[in-house]
Amino acid sequence: MPLATEPITINVGPQHPSTHGVFRMRVTFDGEEVIDVEPIFGYLHRGSEKLAESRTYTQIVTLTDRMDYVASMNSNMSYILSVEQLAGIEPSPRGVWLRMIAAELQRIASHLVATGFFLQDLGALGTPLIFTMRERELVLELFERLCGARITSSYMRPGGVFMDAPDDFWPALDRFLAEMPHRIDEYEQLISGNEIVMVRCDGVAVVDSQTLINASVTGPMLRASGVDWDLRHRQPYEYYDQIKFNRPLATASDNYARYIVRVHEMRESLSIVRQCIEQIEPGPVRPKEVPALIRPPAGDAYVGTECPKGELGFYLVSDGGVAPYRCKVRAPSLINLTLLRDMLIGYKLADLFVTFGSIDINMGEVDR
Amino acid sequence: MPDPFDSVLYRHIYCTLSSTADAQCEGVGLFGGGLLPGGFEWLAFVLTGVIIVAALINGILGAVLLMIWGERRLLGRLQGRTGPNRWGPFGLLTPIADAVKTMFKEDVVPTVSDRLVFTLAPILMLFPALLVYAVLPIGHGTWLADINVALLFIVAIGGANVLAIVAAAWGSGNRYAMFSAMRAVAMLISYEIPLVISLVGVIMLSGSLSLVAIVNAQTIPFFIIQPLGFFVFVVASMAELNRTPFDVAEAESEIVAGYMTDYSSMKFGLFFLAEFAATIATSGVITVLFLGGWHGFDPIPSQIWFIAKMVGVLALIVWVRASWPRLRIDQIMAFAWKALFELTLINLVVSGLLMLAWPSPSTTELWYMAGINWLVFIASIILFGKLLGPKHDPVSAGNVQRDVTLSDSDAPAIPSGGGG
Repeated sequence: MPLATEPITINVGPQHPSTHGVFRMRVTFDGEEVIDVEPIFGYLHRGSEKLAESRTYTQIVTLTDRMDYVASMNSNMSYILSVEQLAGIEPSPRGVWLRMIAAELQRIASHLVATGFFLQDLGALGTPLIFTMRERELVLELFERLCGARITSSYMRPGGVFMDAPDDFWPALDRFLAEMPHRIDEYEQLISGNEIVMVRCDGVAVVDSQTLINASVTGPMLRASGVDWDLRHRQPYEYYDQIKFNRPLATASDNYARYIVRVHEMRESLSIVRQCIEQIEPGPVRPKEVPALIRPPAGDAYVGTECPKGELGFYLVSDGGVAPYRCKVRAPSLINLTLLRDMLIGYKLADLFVTFGSIDINMGEVDR
Repeated sequence: MPDPFDSVLYRHIYCTLSSTADAQCEGVGLFGGGLLPGGFEWLAFVLTGVIIVAALINGILGAVLLMIWGERRLLGRLQGRTGPNRWGPFGLLTPIADAVKTMFKEDVVPTVSDRLVFTLAPILMLFPALLVYAVLPIGHGTWLADINVALLFIVAIGGANVLAIVAAAWGSGNRYAMFSAMRAVAMLISYEIPLVISLVGVIMLSGSLSLVAIVNAQTIPFFIIQPLGFFVFVVASMAELNRTPFDVAEAESEIVAGYMTDYSSMKFGLFFLAEFAATIATSGVITVLFLGGWHGFDPIPSQIWFIAKMVGVLALIVWVRASWPRLRIDQIMAFAWKALFELTLINLVVSGLLMLAWPSPSTTELWYMAGINWLVFIASIILFGKLLGPKHDPVSAGNVQRDVTLSDSDAPAIPSGGGG
């Protein structure tokens, strides 16, 4: 007598320990095997794009903090660059260097979060997560010195940043730069060579680079498939053209590759921060001629920036008023998430969350 | 049938209660003995049993509370934080606060649940965990029962918790729970086999299934003579206990809390209690079978030796939990059938041949056995690591950059876009 089986459908989330916020997947399983995934999001929708239409250009900075709240500096920077292009503001050099330092530190913090939660999804009970959170704390303390805020920093302004770094920031930054490489080595010892991590991640959720490009996936996920696409290098913004840095590339395009690319990007970010410290010079952090109330001429602007999760850009349309006519966010989290279904079909239930963690999304940015 | 008077606990309590006329109590009982008049020996027998069992169960509950505290503290230290330290000295009273909180929680029973099964499952889970202690010798002359099939008894009731897991999952009518139950059944049944076969070496060496006899046979702790058996038994025990890296049945990052998802209040508390009681019992069994049980140096009492070794095993389990991620269910099954099962068979054959060579080994011959077994252990572990490890060369020492290339080529920069 043949055994009758039937697929089972489970709603994973929005209340689930590993959905990184309020994300929901309607997953159909055949035994342990995933045969269909339907991502459902929007639980954290706050209408940020619409809210932006009724705020001045400076006020919108606080909205960008709350999109990707583990990489707020990068969101700030992306938005500010669009405003500067739209209004034709020439930023002051010290402000730009400070923005780059803040953005690269934030990239380290964001990759730490991604790595920690990725290992948490693998089932490592807290230890890697707490280690990475400990190091993220160092970055957040630096931000506290830099601008007073830890998560929602709102540090950047059109033309530069709102205040210069205090004197005690620089020694603290040096201490961090001296300490951090050892901490990254520590993760690599704990995680990178671990047999269980290897067998769990090797060859899981492989996507070829053409599929990734077709889905306009960017960031570490794309670089893990061997495509050398980093906007800091390809379309240099700020002063990234004056910086020498490597782009870590992996070819496997599996979960392990996505993890290891992030670890190596942290090392590169440290080197970028070091170069920024060498080149930064005293001066105003913001040109005096930037008006308090910015009225850009009618037109539109878009600057894509390389955020920890991929290309983040703000498409701003101005009608000449104090608030943008339209503010459209190209959110890397949302676009990278679109491949989730293709990545998961045929893999096991346990791979579901590991893959989800390896994409590294932030629901604040997905839903906005 | 062994005499219950072998047990120090039984002898003292029985003789304190029983009448002075009892011939077996020559100068043993406390307070001069004989609290009950003559003719009431049967009552003394019953009361002794009740007292010992009550003391043991309360002792287990106390041990579980200490274990929860110890695990959280140790886990905290391993993770670079303090762990619970607010309530009581070193936070020792934290588990009591937790227990009180658990008892006062609302007891939610899902409407789709099968009420009877849902309620019985936690109780069913707790019993096997407690029953192990009946045969566990925790010191010289300190045991509840020294039955001659104790090892078989432990193996038999060790498999009973699968039933409770399935009952809990079925009773709660939750799909996460069903996933957990299916995983648990597949895994626990698979690991039962290497677990049992790995014990054969111990039985051959000691010539008995009685735990007391096994401890007495260990002039050299058996983990030195039987490294392969020890390794397989510890790994399989961790799988039986659903501990990391085999905790797929309650993988909280995948299936929330597995079969416990819908449980709350004291029903959940019972699951928790059973899990920790089983962990302590298993580390006790490991201590008895492989670490020489209560043997130690003289001035320190044998019970302290036993508990110290047991705490060491518990610390090892917590250490593993703190450092390793979880395996996937198919990998766990593959590990059981492709590695552990073969390893136990190797152990079985090698131990059998050695026993044929030295049927009643002296201490020197035991050391020879240990040497040969260690060679076999190292060789087979290396062999199986090569056969079953990650397929392509993962991370060779000093080169963690697995196919990561650092690109600094000046690829043609695309003109800066934007601007409309």
